[in-house]
Amino acid sequence: MDNTQSLQFFNRGPSPAVRLVFFSVLSLLLLFVDARYRYLESTRSALSVLVSPIQRLATMPSVLWQQAGDFFITQRSLVDENKSLKLQHNGDAAQLSQLQSLQLENQQLRSLMELPQRSEFNAKLAEVIYAERDVFKRRVLINKGADANIKTGQVVMDNNGIVGQITRVYPWLSEVTLITEKDHTVPVQVLRNGLRTIVFGAGDTSQLSLRYMPISSDIQNDDVLVTSGLDGIYPPGIPVAKVVKIERDAAYPFARVVCLPVAGVDKHRHLLVLSELPKLPERPAEEADATGAPENLKMKQKK
Amino acid sequence: MSYLAHDNTEIHRPVSTTFIVISVLVALFLNGLPWEGIWLMLRPDFVAVVMLHWCTHKPWRVGIGLSWAVGILADVADASLFGQHALAYTLLAFGGVILHHRLKMFDLRQQTTQVFVIFVLTYAVYALVHWQVNGYVVWTYFLGCVTSTLLWAPLGIMFRAVYQMRADNKGP
Repeated sequence: MDNTQSLQFFNRGPSPAVRLVFFSVLSLLLLFVDARYRYLESTRSALSVLVSPIQRLATMPSVLWQQAGDFFITQRSLVDENKSLKLQHNGDAAQLSQLQSLQLENQQLRSLMELPQRSEFNAKLAEVIYAERDVFKRRVLINKGADANIKTGQVVMDNNGIVGQITRVYPWLSEVTLITEKDHTVPVQVLRNGLRTIVFGAGDTSQLSLRYMPISSDIQNDDVLVTSGLDGIYPPGIPVAKVVKIERDAAYPFARVVCLPVAGVDKHRHLLVLSELPKLPERPAEEADATGAPENLKMKQKK
Repeated sequence: MSYLAHDNTEIHRPVSTTFIVISVLVALFLNGLPWEGIWLMLRPDFVAVVMLHWCTHKPWRVGIGLSWAVGILADVADASLFGQHALAYTLLAFGGVILHHRLKMFDLRQQTTQVFVIFVLTYAVYALVHWQVNGYVVWTYFLGCVTSTLLWAPLGIMFRAVYQMRADNKGP
């Protein structure tokens, strides 16, 4: 046939099957290198310069919608909001002055007892510009990147509690993995009784769960979980989650504890990125015959 | 059917590179719109549909190599692992090139069935890689291949209308 011949003329180079094999192998190689060694981060940030204009453009409709909403807001609602904010500010100011005196007292007590001081941390305000469009992931991109001295591992919170952690830094953006991401862990303490545990993200819903909690453990509904600061990544004492459901089934050794994040993990637009915290002292090397490995010790204390 | 009748001429009609590039960029843009919750699960993979269209209609212009490159861009946009989309789109393009030879024999319904199989394979490859690396799969993710398939026919008609229009503008 005439047509097929003209097609053959243009169809130069190796056959589709050869190309399929070549590019599949190339992809698998890239996958392996990226998943195992993370060598390709610089390539990724270079390519992100190409893609980010499209991403920014894609956020435009919602931004325009918001701006239209701002434009048509009534004076009445602004006055009301202003009033409630002032009230809240007064209440917060009173609490803050109390907090400052307590902090001072705490510092003095700690220096008396020769404990290390609790360090203060600075926070940078950042805005969520883009939520990743992937069913598998719970991540957002914020508008501060390497140019604002953001580093991986920094903690992200909003006005209520922990939101997540910076996992990847681009030139002008950075990626925040939310605490609801599957298998994302935060070491926490129950505020009521100081019980130490770890909270896991559920991934498919905006929930968190506590795993490996013995049925007998002292945990109740509405318990607030705050960061314990044991990992050296999350500063201690920031609210993370609230227990909403506990299922104690005698057939299983562990209770099923479902929590909801305190922070508006999927809601807020403005987030705070905490600057790097001072490193914890180096962990001493474990001796070969040490019976009280930290994990065992922790389990014993829990029981 | 008229769909079959003009297929022969349509497949040899030149398409400008600009049109192809713009269609891919628009697809990336549509993928990036703020989809959330159930809408994110129902979102068709616009990039995949557009790439499959070009691979079946213009396989000597848009082939496996280009699909792979677009896949890399999609990986950066989605912050998935490097090669995850690329691998899926390579397979998609291969399916498209194979389908190209048969396209003339099939009517729209048969085409849609074939396209559905290609999308299922593409989605399965993506999910398989995710499962291998992260150890879990979100099953609702596969809803996307149904909506992508549903998008196939309207997109084909729309693209044909566009390049029909451009050809008419240029004159006989």
